[in-house]
Amino acid sequence: MKAVTARAAFVLGAALALEGACRAHLVSPMTLIPPSDMAGEALALLTRPETLNSLAWTVANVAAAILASIAVGLLAAFILHRRPRLRRALDPFLASYYAVPFFVLYPIFVAILGLNRWPLILIGFVFAVPGMLIAVLDGLDGVPPIIFKLSRLYRMSRAQTIARLTLPAVAPAVFTGIKLTVAYSFIGIIAGEFILADRGLGFAIADAYNRFDNRTMYGLMLLVLALLVAANSGVHAAERRLRRRWERP
Amino acid sequence: MNRRAAHPWQQRADVVLLLIVAVLLWQGIYRVAGASALSSPLETAATLLGLLRSPIFLVHLRATGSALALSFALTIVLGLPLGLALGLRRFAGEVFEPILASLYTIPKVTLYPVVLALFGLGLGAKVAFGVMHGIIPVVLITLNAVRAIPPVHIKTARVLRLTPWQVATAILLPAILPELCTSLRVGFSLTLLGVLVGEMFASQRGLGFLLIKGITTFDVSTSIAITVLIIAFGAASGALLLALDRRLHRRISHPA
Repeated sequence: MKAVTARAAFVLGAALALEGACRAHLVSPMTLIPPSDMAGEALALLTRPETLNSLAWTVANVAAAILASIAVGLLAAFILHRRPRLRRALDPFLASYYAVPFFVLYPIFVAILGLNRWPLILIGFVFAVPGMLIAVLDGLDGVPPIIFKLSRLYRMSRAQTIARLTLPAVAPAVFTGIKLTVAYSFIGIIAGEFILADRGLGFAIADAYNRFDNRTMYGLMLLVLALLVAANSGVHAAERRLRRRWERP
Repeated sequence: MNRRAAHPWQQRADVVLLLIVAVLLWQGIYRVAGASALSSPLETAATLLGLLRSPIFLVHLRATGSALALSFALTIVLGLPLGLALGLRRFAGEVFEPILASLYTIPKVTLYPVVLALFGLGLGAKVAFGVMHGIIPVVLITLNAVRAIPPVHIKTARVLRLTPWQVATAILLPAILPELCTSLRVGFSLTLLGVLVGEMFASQRGLGFLLIKGITTFDVSTSIAITVLIIAFGAASGALLLALDRRLHRRISHPA
């Protein structure tokens, strides 16, 4: 049996077991609703304009945070790679970055920027950018020095070197960074919406919870999960496609 | 890594310089944003000192400390054996690794209603949050470390008919010592994060609770003082474990 089949069987089995436990009232419906009800509710929610609005709002903010993190992370990694002193000074901060619960800054961002999309994008960015930066820096460390000698040999300009040699050489690291960026932006922004916001998916879940509307809450949670899976597999598919194109002689 | 080594004092001086720049930046933002959004660095330091002297604050600090200790212990006790087992059984590892990795990307805050329903308000929910955040990275790092062990070590264990406990303590753990330290470090910081999230929503005690109370009562200087304390603790514990981690990695790769 292949691992993929076994994995699918496990997920399906877990969902069925949960379904059975809920239907047999081993789990109180106040705690958890059956997965089939969650799916039905998620589909029903998707026909409602307010859900679509929340979805569009959250996705737009996440996309902005991802793009900003990728751009700034890449740029900062290239700069830091050429500035060893600055990099050494920043090293201890980068290394312990994720040990610091930065989401505690979110309320301060709201106080400064107001209750709108900017503090959300900022917290997503703050969560995601070091992941990108660290991944690309590691990638740059691994580029064989001969590549830079090659660029000198061919008298390439700096832009040419970056576009033709450095970027392709660090492409795997860039994709690692992008995957982290996607995950962290979602986590930061949905958590922020959950803590303090007036719209978005995270806010909708918190709101449903406060109204004891279990069905809506679980439907929304399933939607968030589906959204994450879609985003992650999108990045994976893009990576595979680009790899194939690069590896073709 | 082929980075040229600098004088340690120069690096330390640069770090201090960066911290000074950060405080100046803070003061600058404070000037622009105003006292309703932010308290100044000096004011925050005074508030923090006051907090650290008040007995009620120490009760909250102790609550967070014990929840953190309990969740970290549970994260290790549950996560390590799971990682070891999944690392040894190649097929099971291949099946579960992607599942765990995608579970890890879920914004766990949104699961708080479920956790609250299962564990109730208080210590249980906090600890559950801590474990939820910390356990997956511990399992994944341990799993990958065990996979990288030369198979001959594990075959030897089988030939010697070691018990699972002996395999774990005599072969696996010593072989993965550096990665073990990495996983403990990552696990610790994420458990801290989880416990604080738990306290913000599912508790009446602890730093996370004080923080959310400060925010909802517009007590700016208290909430910023607590934020600074949390960041300082996270950074300090992270740096300490990182130093240990790097030392172990160096020792293993260049045995004296």
